Amino acid sequence: MGKSFLPDWFTIFLYLILVLFGWINIYSASLNDAATGFFDMNQIYGKQALWIGLSLVLIVIMLSLEAKFYYRFSSIIYLVSLLSLLGLFIFGKTISGATSWYSFGSFSLQPSEFAKAATALALAKYLSDIQINIKSFKNQLSAFLIIALPALIIIPQPDPGSALVYLAFFFPLYREGLSGLYLILGFSLLFIFVFTLAVGSLWVSAGVVAIALLILFFNRKKKRKHISRYVVLGGLAILFSLSVNYIFENVFEQRHRDRFNLVLGKEVDSKGIGYNTDQSEIAIGSGGLWGKGWTKGTQTKGGFVPEQHTDYIFSTVGEEWGFVGSATLTLLFVILIIRLIVLAERQKNQFSRIYGYSVAGILFIHFAINVAMVIGIFPTVGIPLPFFSYGGSSLWGFTVLLFIFIRLDAARQEI
Amino acid sequence: MRKFFPIILVSLTGLIFLIRLLYLQVIDSSYEALSLNNAVSIKYDYPQRGYIFDREGNLLVANQPSYDVMVIPREIKVFDTLELASLLNITKEKLIERLDKARVYSPRLRSVIIPQLTQDEFALLKEKMRKYKGFYIQKRSLRDYKVDHSASVLGYISEVTQSEVKESSYYKLGDLIGRSGVEKQYESLLRGVKGVNYVQKDRFNREIGPYKNGIYDTLSVKGKDITLTLDQELQAYGEKLMQNKHGGIVAIEPKTGELLSVVTAPFYDPDLLVGRKRSGNYTKLYYDSINKPLLNRSLQAMYPPGSPFKALTGLVALEEGVTDINTKESCSHGFRYGRNAKMGCHAHASPLALTPALANSCNAYFAKTYRRIIEKYPTAHKGMDVWYEHLSSFGLGNYLGNDLPVGQPGRIPDGDYYDKWYPNTRWAATYTLSNAIGQGEILATPIQMANFTAAIANRGYYYTPHILKAIDGEPIKDDKFTQKKRTSISTEHFEPIIEGMHQVYTSGTAKYLQIPDIEICGKTGTAENFTRIDGKRTQLTDHSLFVAFAPKDDPKIAIAVIVENGYWGSRYAGRIASLMIEKYLKGKITRKDMEQWILTHSLEEEYLKPYSGEEFKINQ
Repeated sequence: MGKSFLPDWFTIFLYLILVLFGWINIYSASLNDAATGFFDMNQIYGKQALWIGLSLVLIVIMLSLEAKFYYRFSSIIYLVSLLSLLGLFIFGKTISGATSWYSFGSFSLQPSEFAKAATALALAKYLSDIQINIKSFKNQLSAFLIIALPALIIIPQPDPGSALVYLAFFFPLYREGLSGLYLILGFSLLFIFVFTLAVGSLWVSAGVVAIALLILFFNRKKKRKHISRYVVLGGLAILFSLSVNYIFENVFEQRHRDRFNLVLGKEVDSKGIGYNTDQSEIAIGSGGLWGKGWTKGTQTKGGFVPEQHTDYIFSTVGEEWGFVGSATLTLLFVILIIRLIVLAERQKNQFSRIYGYSVAGILFIHFAINVAMVIGIFPTVGIPLPFFSYGGSSLWGFTVLLFIFIRLDAARQEI
Repeated sequence: MRKFFPIILVSLTGLIFLIRLLYLQVIDSSYEALSLNNAVSIKYDYPQRGYIFDREGNLLVANQPSYDVMVIPREIKVFDTLELASLLNITKEKLIERLDKARVYSPRLRSVIIPQLTQDEFALLKEKMRKYKGFYIQKRSLRDYKVDHSASVLGYISEVTQSEVKESSYYKLGDLIGRSGVEKQYESLLRGVKGVNYVQKDRFNREIGPYKNGIYDTLSVKGKDITLTLDQELQAYGEKLMQNKHGGIVAIEPKTGELLSVVTAPFYDPDLLVGRKRSGNYTKLYYDSINKPLLNRSLQAMYPPGSPFKALTGLVALEEGVTDINTKESCSHGFRYGRNAKMGCHAHASPLALTPALANSCNAYFAKTYRRIIEKYPTAHKGMDVWYEHLSSFGLGNYLGNDLPVGQPGRIPDGDYYDKWYPNTRWAATYTLSNAIGQGEILATPIQMANFTAAIANRGYYYTPHILKAIDGEPIKDDKFTQKKRTSISTEHFEPIIEGMHQVYTSGTAKYLQIPDIEICGKTGTAENFTRIDGKRTQLTDHSLFVAFAPKDDPKIAIAVIVENGYWGSRYAGRIASLMIEKYLKGKITRKDMEQWILTHSLEEEYLKPYSGEEFKINQ
């Protein structure tokens, strides 16, 4: 390691704060009468304490390895990861409906939590190859394939939430020069999707026509108007809207439709399908400015919010620490992600930069989707809050993901 | 641009979250109530209701435990339904039906299967309960009556109604509240203050511990024990004498205004309105339209006071100076005061002065004297107002202000009253002559009659009658009951009246009711009364009335007795009043013959007459 070993202590500090604050909230969310002490291994918070302890060991290992190791072995790591995902179809253990786990005695590992880091490494290696040009369509396709493979294996487990996370790789792709059109296309499709569900195909079609006419009107002085191009694009947009309608009604299952309808405010149901979000909002909302105090949250204690120690842990923060706590946590994540982007930017080699952006993107997607779901502005998607939610696989997965980058960053002078 | 886009995206997302959180947590305050509603329930700790004692410290009303059999459906294990049903004294089908109902309500929460088992019923069940998993016993507290009398004055308790819950900040559904009598009047003393416990619930509505370690919880405060002015033995004896009769007895201690006895007949056992049997029994009592047992006749029934009222007419006349004790009036079996108007009277010596006129209950004397009072003033209106003022100083014609929740004002007419009756006529004293002898427009409740008797016994003052003597052993200090109320009659005018009332006993209309060794002053009364049968005004047998106090020179008891349709005054009411006085002053009965007569005579036939649908004779 030598003199040049300079890990980013600020990031490590943020990591430790998040993990500790997370454990404090898991403790509160899982506290019950049978508890004997902080490290009672029969309790969820006791187990989490063990996972945290083991993470520290993991960190030491991650940082001891040569930075080059990650570069050299990235393809192998990626392949092992894909195999571990495929192995689930044979050896997988089913927990709450998803066959996403390997079981070793009383411990379970979720390979999809580690696949994210592996995919990031593989993508970074592929794109940093001197012969690869992101502008070339063929290379784009290969890059998409690297990203999509694990996602495609994960979707049928079924765990669509974890697959959604692979959208995070737009971060490095965009930074490395992927055409902004993909982004615009993505956003356009997203808008059309949401508006189709909210107001119906007819209005969306009318809107598309209106926008097209407006663009034509402002460009009326230009000589080449490409009218045919507008007609084709508009037609595709309308077609997409119609197909969304079709897919929504015929391909989606009722539970998926329900989740969208709830967020769009088309359905109100606080007992059945809307129960999670409703209780979570009540928990957060009742926290007020200063919160009810640690272990004093009545919603948390009463167990009204399902999965509160895992995916809904943010609602415990909101209830017991109030706006002060939830805003602080939000800012911590924003700062961490921006810090990672800044670190990625200062990398001298492309591999580290791409990997850094991938880490930032993955953390961002997790953070954004999880919090948006808990505060009721996004449909229910079961993905954890990084470093915060209960679960060994998730904590270790994110720890590995983050500390590989910290190791790469520490070695930025070397390569 | 490519470098900044991700940073902008991250920052923007953070900003949106902060705004949403600000809205949820700080701006919209509705979530707090939602979460309390959700997760915190209030449990009450019910204190013991206060005991009720009589004036001698005898326990009248205590509490008894009662037991609700509860069930938590999902904890039930297979059990012998037939055996449990027989233990609970219901059919197997009924038991299964109730279990199903409980399961529908909630499998996790307690439901009542059988409410309010008594101690005896519970004793059978107790040792077998452990065999039935999922069944529990919930202890409650019910009233335990140590006496079988005085139901009407003690009152009863029952669960509050929905509308009472809405109006009150204290009562919650399932709470008990005093419904009548003392229980209602002194509800706030007897009930105590219930303790409040805030309990944290989980998502299944199960309780998982105190909310915020109980910082908002309060302890319950036991209800206060109250001592009544009633004499338990006198009450019991009064009801015994009044069996098979309708009417009321009110006895007052003149020196204090304490109600020694408030008896109404017909009566019922207070235990009928306890626990599970209450609602059925109450319905029976409520719909008994012949006997009307829920009407407290001592407090609520207004009767024409009849001849006892003559004592008051005499007092007003003396005070107004329109007669003196030597003025005699003649009587020729009555008094003719108009072409076709004559007030009849029975045979007695004539002419008579005030004292013997009262002893012999001469109608003519008091009619003439009454006329003098009214005609002393320039107009009959004015005269009537003066008359009214004097009588209202005896607590007549308006609510007495006693501490029982029911009452009636009675009626004493004044000038305006007759102006309304005779709007186009110059009415005169003769129009209202029946008032002189307590008939006409005069009405009074038994407690009002007892009260004016007490005022006469005291030679001119009374204390507002009351039933509360002490709270937790501390005598009451309420000015309303401890301050003398003076009548408008000077003290010196009372002696001739009291002498007349004494002669009622020694030589007058009640001379056969004398009690050895007790100087009683009394006055008989026989009040005509009417009812409507098929819309026709029909006269019924006269009410038997009697007011008395004793001993003459140091009055310890003043009493009014009304026996509906008991005919003349000394026949029923006079006997009962004499026996009550003897019972109170001596503690035993020497006139066994009189007691025997009362106990063996019933008026039930008399009461059925108006409902028989046949012709009937009165005053037999």
